[in-house]
Amino acid sequence: MGDTFAHRTATNDAGGAEMTRVLLDNISKTYPGVAPSVAGLTLNIAEGELFTLLGPSGCGKSTTLRMVAGFVQPTGGRILFDDTDVTNAAPNRRNTGMVFQNYALFPHLTVAGNVSYGLNARKVTAAQKHSRIDTALSQVGLDGYGDRRIDMLSGGQQQRVALARALVIRPSVLLLDEPLSNLDAKLREETRTEIRATQKEAGITCLYVTHDQAEAMSMSDRIAVLEAGEVHQVASPRDVYHRPATAFVARFIGRSNVFTSEVVAIESHTVVVRLGEGTIVKAPIVADTASASATVGMTTAVSLRPEAISLTVNPVTVGSHELTGRVLTAEFTGAVNIYEVDWHGQTLVVSVPGALDRADPGDTVAMAPAQGLVWMVHP
Amino acid sequence: MTLMQRLSQRRSGLTSSDRFVYWISVPLILVLLVYIVFPMLATAITSAEGGGEAYGGFISGSSGKALGLSVGISLVSVFTTCVIGTGLAVLLTRFDFPGRQVLRIFALLPMALPPLIGAVSFYFLYAESGIIPRFLAAYFGADAAAVSANGVAGVILVHSLTMYPYFYLAVSSALSGSDASLEEASLNLGASRCRMWRTVILPMLTPALVSGALLTFMVSMASFTAPQFYNVQTLTMQIVASRTSGAYSTAAAQSVVLSVVSILFLLIMRWYQNRRVYRSLSKGTPQSLTVIQGFIPRSVAAIGSLIIVVILMAPAATIALLAFTVDGSWTIQILPPEYTLGNFAKIFADPESLHPILVSTQMALLGMVGCVLVGVLAAFVVTRWSGPGKGLLDVMVMIPWALPGTVIGVNLVTAFASPTPFNLGQVLIGSLWILPVAYFVRFLPLVFRSANAALAQIDPSLEEAARNLGADTLRAIRTITVPLMSRGILAGALMAFIQGFGEYVASVVIYPAQFAPVSVEIYNRIYSNEFGTAAAYGTLQMVLIVIVLIIAQRLEKPRGQRGLRQKVATRTALPLPVMNT
Repeated sequence: MGDTFAHRTATNDAGGAEMTRVLLDNISKTYPGVAPSVAGLTLNIAEGELFTLLGPSGCGKSTTLRMVAGFVQPTGGRILFDDTDVTNAAPNRRNTGMVFQNYALFPHLTVAGNVSYGLNARKVTAAQKHSRIDTALSQVGLDGYGDRRIDMLSGGQQQRVALARALVIRPSVLLLDEPLSNLDAKLREETRTEIRATQKEAGITCLYVTHDQAEAMSMSDRIAVLEAGEVHQVASPRDVYHRPATAFVARFIGRSNVFTSEVVAIESHTVVVRLGEGTIVKAPIVADTASASATVGMTTAVSLRPEAISLTVNPVTVGSHELTGRVLTAEFTGAVNIYEVDWHGQTLVVSVPGALDRADPGDTVAMAPAQGLVWMVHP
Repeated sequence: MTLMQRLSQRRSGLTSSDRFVYWISVPLILVLLVYIVFPMLATAITSAEGGGEAYGGFISGSSGKALGLSVGISLVSVFTTCVIGTGLAVLLTRFDFPGRQVLRIFALLPMALPPLIGAVSFYFLYAESGIIPRFLAAYFGADAAAVSANGVAGVILVHSLTMYPYFYLAVSSALSGSDASLEEASLNLGASRCRMWRTVILPMLTPALVSGALLTFMVSMASFTAPQFYNVQTLTMQIVASRTSGAYSTAAAQSVVLSVVSILFLLIMRWYQNRRVYRSLSKGTPQSLTVIQGFIPRSVAAIGSLIIVVILMAPAATIALLAFTVDGSWTIQILPPEYTLGNFAKIFADPESLHPILVSTQMALLGMVGCVLVGVLAAFVVTRWSGPGKGLLDVMVMIPWALPGTVIGVNLVTAFASPTPFNLGQVLIGSLWILPVAYFVRFLPLVFRSANAALAQIDPSLEEAARNLGADTLRAIRTITVPLMSRGILAGALMAFIQGFGEYVASVVIYPAQFAPVSVEIYNRIYSNEFGTAAAYGTLQMVLIVIVLIIAQRLEKPRGQRGLRQKVATRTALPLPVMNT
């Protein structure tokens, strides 16, 4: 294994980035006496892709990242970089570049000292080392900062040093462990754009861990949504939002109303389901999703985004596809009005463009799901 | 990598760093067994020779009486040091008065006094032939014997004025770390000032008081120099007396009893410190000082501070004064009558007088090297050890801190008297090596603790980052961990050096006849009435200590670097005092 990386590093010295495929093959991590942190995860990350592990804290995303880095030994499964099995390789033999949540910058070294650390370990010649440090620092917009001490930098600058330090070694895979969580909101948005641009430019395969869905949606090529050590869905940000695989994904990404419902009929392109008290809605049938495996009479779940519902105050008539409820709270945020509506004991969230006429708490409303935006999920 | 290797790794689920820790713990455990655990066992075995008859007469005989005396003196010492230490701490953390700044500096002076020197100076100050009783007798017609501190009273006086810093440090840290808004809240809710102290401040101080009491008790039990000067037959004195008279199994039995008491207290203290949180968790409002107002109160405070400073400075000043007296000139006068610079000149010019300094320097340096190598290794292993046995390892390293120096001396002499498999065939009695070995054993906990503290401040992700960037475990430790620990290690090493340089209690049991260390030489000079030369050695020692303390304090100041973990815990461990009494 060591030879492989020696070879890889040598070809990389020529300059061009080399893209690596990463395969997590049924990996798991269990600790005695507690539920598994990661339970049989299989992920296939393509060359040059920015792949995000998204989930609430404790879902196993950081453990997975640390297994790829080699800090945690999996209790089962294999990890492959291209065709090389790295499951048992020491962290320093894997050629991954990691950006830590707290940056983990070496406080006794300068900026340049930090960036050159990985190059020293790789025995890069002095001349090459200097040009690569300079390139890496300008890549993250820190030209001329080489001699600074780490404690003289701002949080954002430290974050960039951490990124430069990981990039300068031309890693096979770039690993980012919640790299933006220590930055303030505005800087976080700027930095995520920069990270994405740098990653694309360098063409590096990237595994990104976050619990922030906005971050995941805006940066990723694909997202894996994790809960309790298991993967719920692997898809593009667009699909994760509009075509959530499970009720958990629907609720975790954005806000959603999830109904427990019964399949009453299956038509050529749609599944007809009944929500509670007889309201009938139709969900499209899409291959490889919950709708494809629906059978008449089964109990399933349907997700409706707040913006996929239109609202009529004090309706005169109520259609068979509409839900009637009573407004609990009304929140005016400018662009949209957000209502919480009680519908047979379940609280639904509805958002309506702010310009449309508004309901007040206590009003009876009819809610009409937009056709085509009803989506069937695994319960 | 072979299939077998792979399988074994997979099953264990260990990473390479885990395995690294287990590998390097092998030599560490070997060293701890040979130099700490087996010597204790050797003493225990010796004590049982003759069918345990050494224990038979323990309670009824002189050993029992000595134990009672040790416990009694220790209990009284705890009380007096508590009053002095807590009083000073409350005064200096809560009140502002003329003389406060000066008092703050001098409050810790007793810690800079080498133990033997401390006992000597108190003897020359307060014993029947001391400066103060003679002065009172000459000018106020007092009976010198009545106003002097002799025997048990003398020992308690030495303990009170040298051990109060344990209480002072613990209580000031608790008081200054407390949140003023808690007290304000109590007053705001209608409590009187007195009630507030009883219900808010006192409960908060309890952990500090308990720790201070446990510590003082342990140190008093281990005390040897003060009883020796005042000829009080405590258990430590009995141990040395038994060994000198050749009653080895009796000495061993007495050592075992004292060890059991000391280790018990070590365990109680560990348990108690792990149980309690010392500081209130809220960030809160900082404490403000109550300013003492009015001319008369301020004058009283100023004069009081002055008196306390004089009392605290007197021992060091006495030694410094004695260092310039002509040997043998001071007989019945209040102060020595003749002065000279010759004592210092003699020490450096006369090879025979210089010899103890050379011996102590070299032995202390050797001991220090051992402390650093093993202490840093131990800190690393204990911090990184995952799995059971961590606490046991920690206790194994810390035991020598709890053991009285006398007992360590006896343990080593017993264990390294003849070649056995347990001491790896080493015979150290009569060899120069026994001194550095003793210093190594006694001061290993010092270096271990400071290395541990330094290590705890380093974020583990720094080492991970190094590994991720391509460094193997050794390279990561060499280029990241060790440089970040270096200040802590250096501070601990310096402390180990000065402590070794002045070590007396264990040295007096084990030193080879031709190689007396400085402390033993001081005792011998006093014994042969060469007070001036003895005090000159002592003065050099004090100067050395002050220099080292200043350097150590600078080293321990945080560098203000990010990336070093912020103070994680609120549990403030007590500073590790040296039980070198």
